[in-house]
Amino acid sequence: MSAARGELEISFTVNGEVRTTRAYPMERLLDVLRRQLDLTGAKEGCGEGECGSCSILMDGALVNSCLVPVLQARGATIVTIEGLAPATQLSRLQQAFLDCGGAQCGICTPGIVMAARHLLDKNPHPTQEDVRDGLSGNLCRCTGYAQICEAVLEAASREASSASSASRG
Amino acid sequence: MRSDPADYEFVAPASLGAVVSLLAERPGEWLPIAGGTDVMVQYAAGKLAARKLVSLWNLRELRRVDVSDTEVVIGAGCTYTDLREHQIVRREFPLLASAASWTGGIANQNRGTLGGNIVNASPAADSLPSLLVYEAELILVSARGERRVEYVDFHTGYKKTLLASDELIRAVCLSRRYEDYVSYSRKVGARNAQAISKVCVAALGRTVDGLVADVRIAAGSVAPVPARLRETERAVSGKAIDAALLQQARSTAMREIHPIDDIRSTSAYRSAVAGNLVVEFLQSLQTAGHRA
Repeated sequence: MSAARGELEISFTVNGEVRTTRAYPMERLLDVLRRQLDLTGAKEGCGEGECGSCSILMDGALVNSCLVPVLQARGATIVTIEGLAPATQLSRLQQAFLDCGGAQCGICTPGIVMAARHLLDKNPHPTQEDVRDGLSGNLCRCTGYAQICEAVLEAASREASSASSASRG
Repeated sequence: MRSDPADYEFVAPASLGAVVSLLAERPGEWLPIAGGTDVMVQYAAGKLAARKLVSLWNLRELRRVDVSDTEVVIGAGCTYTDLREHQIVRREFPLLASAASWTGGIANQNRGTLGGNIVNASPAADSLPSLLVYEAELILVSARGERRVEYVDFHTGYKKTLLASDELIRAVCLSRRYEDYVSYSRKVGARNAQAISKVCVAALGRTVDGLVADVRIAAGSVAPVPARLRETERAVSGKAIDAALLQQARSTAMREIHPIDDIRSTSAYRSAVAGNLVVEFLQSLQTAGHRA
């Protein structure tokens, strides 16, 4: 298939796999992930970088993919919600969200879990204040955030205890 | 109406030199975009006038911090997260580090850059008052070479700057002389994150023998540009901090600024709060003086 005028071949690593796609350089990374790579976990809530529904990790940093022109993602290492755990299992973070009722309609959840992942990667022992700060760029219209905070703190404690038992064993 | 990506040209040269050459070939034709947290919002809303963009994201020459004995040179491509995490910025320029922590949320801080914030030139920008009180200098670069300008001269009017059409900010220079100063900053907005300020104030000062010395006060969202409150500074310089001085400082600050009514706040609210923040700063200066 020949490239339309202006489209470029752009490669980056997504969830551990090198992917190459054809896109206009100003296409939003969010749209390329959803439409071309079938990674529909990231959602569009506002298109302005205010709600965090589109959050992904780009080179280890939490970013709003609705604000990233895909050319700037060339060569980057991207992790989406689909990449947090193998397809048939849930990570401890995801399980904690289930156990604590951290999701209702679920539309904010992929972005919130990515923000939580980013927080826990940087700060494995967050306080409730730290969790609120770390998730301050993510809006939820359903839960009132209490169960979300609980889920993240629970996940932190589960990750910490399996980390210490791993080092013991 | 959404923008159609097919209508845009967007290039990402590998070096600052290549970007600067492109801007020189066709001044005014290519819009620089760094982290995109302002440009992409305009683009998404179909309000971006430019059709050709050139990327500054992650250019090594811009995303760096150089420290000498006398100054810290912050590359214009440093993100707010870079500023928050840099040990010397945190220790010696806490007003800038705290402003960075108040801008947007984590995801925006990982992409928004100091240079982008300055050139976007919103009078509400959180970091800009801190650059005023630190008396920052900017290094501007073009194919014609580099020039150094005082940041206080950079904003010439609402969203207008000194930047020539072929020019970029390369770096922001901060003098390493503020470690002994009392610093104060506060942003007042609808919430702690993801909120554009209704008013923000950054201030630095010292007291010598109980008298106010070398005080600098700057505010955002109270004028068409980020503003140094020089009349207020003059009103308090060399004086002892007592109830009468606090009242005088409050009324001078309220007279000096020109806030407007807009979707976020009103002129009256902004004036009252700016006055309160100036008083709060002077009170913290007074407390620090008593402890010394």
